[in-house]
Amino acid sequence: MMEFRPILSALRRHKLAAGLLVLEIAVACAILCNAVFMIRQRLAQMQVHTGLAESGLVWLMTDGVSGDAATPVTERNLAALRGIAGVQSVATVVSLPLANNDMNFNPSMDADGTRRGPNVQLMLGSPGYLQTLGLKLVEGRDFDADEYAGMDVWMPQSSSMIITRALAGRLWPEQDALGRTFWIGNRRFRVIGVVDHMVRGELRGTASEYVALFAARPASALSALYVLRTDPASRGRVLREAADKLMALNPQMLINDKGTYADLRDGYFAGDRAMAWLLATVCVALLVVTALGIGGLASFWVAQRRKQIGVRRAIGATRRDILRYFQAENFLIVTGGVVLGMALAYAINLLLMTHYELPRLPASYFPTGALALWAIGQLAVLGPALRAAAVPPVVATRSV
Amino acid sequence: MFGYYLDLAWRSLKRTPILTGLMVLAIGLGIGACITTLTVLHLLSGDPLPGKSGQLFYPQIMPDTRSKTEPEAEYTYIDATNLLREHRADRQAIVVSAKLKVFGPQPGARPMSLSTVATTTDFFPMFDVPFRYGAGWTAADDDARARVAVISQALNDKLFDGVDSVGKSIRLDKWDFRIVGVLQHWRPVPRFYDLYGQGGFAESDGVFIPFATSRDLAELGIQGNSLDCWGQLADQVHLENQPCVWLQYWVELDTPARVAAYRDYLVHYSAQQRALGRFQFKDKPLTALRGLMDWLGHNEVVPSDVRLQTWVAFGFLLVCLINTVGLLLAKFLRRSGEIGVRRALGASRGAVFAQLLTEAGLVGVAGGGVGLLLALAGLWAVRRSPTNYAALAHLDLGMFLTTFVLAILASLLAGLLPAWRACLVPPALQLKSH
Repeated sequence: MMEFRPILSALRRHKLAAGLLVLEIAVACAILCNAVFMIRQRLAQMQVHTGLAESGLVWLMTDGVSGDAATPVTERNLAALRGIAGVQSVATVVSLPLANNDMNFNPSMDADGTRRGPNVQLMLGSPGYLQTLGLKLVEGRDFDADEYAGMDVWMPQSSSMIITRALAGRLWPEQDALGRTFWIGNRRFRVIGVVDHMVRGELRGTASEYVALFAARPASALSALYVLRTDPASRGRVLREAADKLMALNPQMLINDKGTYADLRDGYFAGDRAMAWLLATVCVALLVVTALGIGGLASFWVAQRRKQIGVRRAIGATRRDILRYFQAENFLIVTGGVVLGMALAYAINLLLMTHYELPRLPASYFPTGALALWAIGQLAVLGPALRAAAVPPVVATRSV
Repeated sequence: MFGYYLDLAWRSLKRTPILTGLMVLAIGLGIGACITTLTVLHLLSGDPLPGKSGQLFYPQIMPDTRSKTEPEAEYTYIDATNLLREHRADRQAIVVSAKLKVFGPQPGARPMSLSTVATTTDFFPMFDVPFRYGAGWTAADDDARARVAVISQALNDKLFDGVDSVGKSIRLDKWDFRIVGVLQHWRPVPRFYDLYGQGGFAESDGVFIPFATSRDLAELGIQGNSLDCWGQLADQVHLENQPCVWLQYWVELDTPARVAAYRDYLVHYSAQQRALGRFQFKDKPLTALRGLMDWLGHNEVVPSDVRLQTWVAFGFLLVCLINTVGLLLAKFLRRSGEIGVRRALGASRGAVFAQLLTEAGLVGVAGGGVGLLLALAGLWAVRRSPTNYAALAHLDLGMFLTTFVLAILASLLAGLLPAWRACLVPPALQLKSH
């Protein structure tokens, strides 16, 4: 093993340059740790399980039908869409998970409304929509045909509802949710089933799956958003044909947007993806700049110490000794940077936690970050160190 | 003297092309990242109405009984129309918007979905809205619930080929409106006046109609995008008497005295409403009167990711700068001999310092050039990103100048320590060893 003491005393003569290198590595290390952590946070969020069977789902957002015509016109449109080859089922819904658009309420847990529940999303769809979306029932039953009743503008008339397992656990922890009730305004609703998962139009941390599902026949508020289930291979064709059919049947209808569910999901996470790419780019640039800085300064030191290297070689040091010397020196500097950097990384993480609702940096980042920086340091110093090792002993005898 | 320093700096930099290249690249990368993110931040946090924003205010009151610490951001119909009727500001307007189905004059053409703003007559003079043809509607039109509309230049170009369309009509859903005015291109960024409707960076609005008319034709459904109710609704279309906040309200107050008077007025109004049994509060009502820029800040119009990106970019610049300090130090100390000779020949410490800083500044200018190219590439990438402000991300003259100022400042800062260190080289010692 190499003796560190002579290296340390040599570094003491280059306090300023060595200190700068330590500082640069420390700041780089702090930014890297936090950037990688944020990238992983974003990527994890993008993996969210919506509860839908996403692969075969396509959707068309129209401007809807107003007035009394809403029910007959929308039912006629649904029947026509059902006739497209390859379509397994069709429904209209008020919103879709991750569509950035949702209707919410706070349920009353008693009749006079004194005890209020958490904010819950109101999900509503036309007959068969649970199947069309591919939601998985884990308890109770799906809506019966006669539970798809009329609507009072936004509120379903049927008193049956299905809730997510997350909401059931929040409202009635460790109890059977089936048959339980809550109020919206003066209307009472009863749980007839529980679905495994379904996320809201917008993710909200632990409340992301607080959704209550209701049933209704198409009406004005349930006439705009069509969802179709098909097999994944024919999604493009089904989407085109569905749009053509709706336009042909309704000359004045507007199709504001349409796509596969995968498109919608991509759109929801577009900002996160862009942020992850940006952070990744900065990480790479940081590593490159740091490596170039280490390499540049090492080159300078090698050039400056040519004579000393020559003397050491002349009095018996091998090429290997010289190489090892520069590698060990780099290891010491990077270690100093990493130690300082970890403290800085922790401080930055604390700041981010208060301002950006980020969780605590896991301890596993510290050894990983240290390993990465040691590797980068060794890689960057290798060239100059080899050049140093190549200095011939005869340099010692020359005067400048 | 400066010319001579520049010449020396240029020669010195040419002698070490790799080291110089590394420094220019480091500064360029850091500056490029900073300018890209700063441009986006500047765009999003800019003043939408320079010169006028100081007189525009967003008042807030607390009409419902839900216990909160912040007054409501939106208004009930009753309060908004009360304030409008009492007319205590220099100008005032109700604002609410929705996407509507708009038909052009050509028979059989497919409709378009356009953002439509329902507002009151003061909107146009209050927000300095420029007109190409005609003008906004009058207070009499508001009172008469007239079916009149102001359309955007883009819509006028599309439907009427850009000719004067005042007096012609367009159809919104099932109803015909007579055009009274056509805007000159108008797109304030952020779209401050309707944060609770289509949002701060939505596409520009196509149509403007009187608020009273939009209530007359309630089935148009202009209810904004964040209807917030705290009781059971008896009617979800006619919201006039419902316990819901859904309208935005702006006032123009031209002097500080008027601002103070309006603050008092909001308190007074709340007390009056309590006496009528509408508001409930104990000692002092919850009210607020925020200036336009304050309102944008309060509503966090700038996405937090954009701020985060700016922090990351400046952190990156810091690393690049420390890197440059190290490289400059190496470069300057390598020339200890030369510096010693110059000092021995009579150059003062200050002269050597100035010359070395000139060299650092020259690196900064080159770094600024590289940074500018990188920022242009960065903004190109931002424009291709799927954010709603993407299309607006362009480098303006101010940011162009900022690039070089920032680059030169950064490099001078980086040069300070190495130049000072190099000045300390004792002349005699250096001469002796040669």
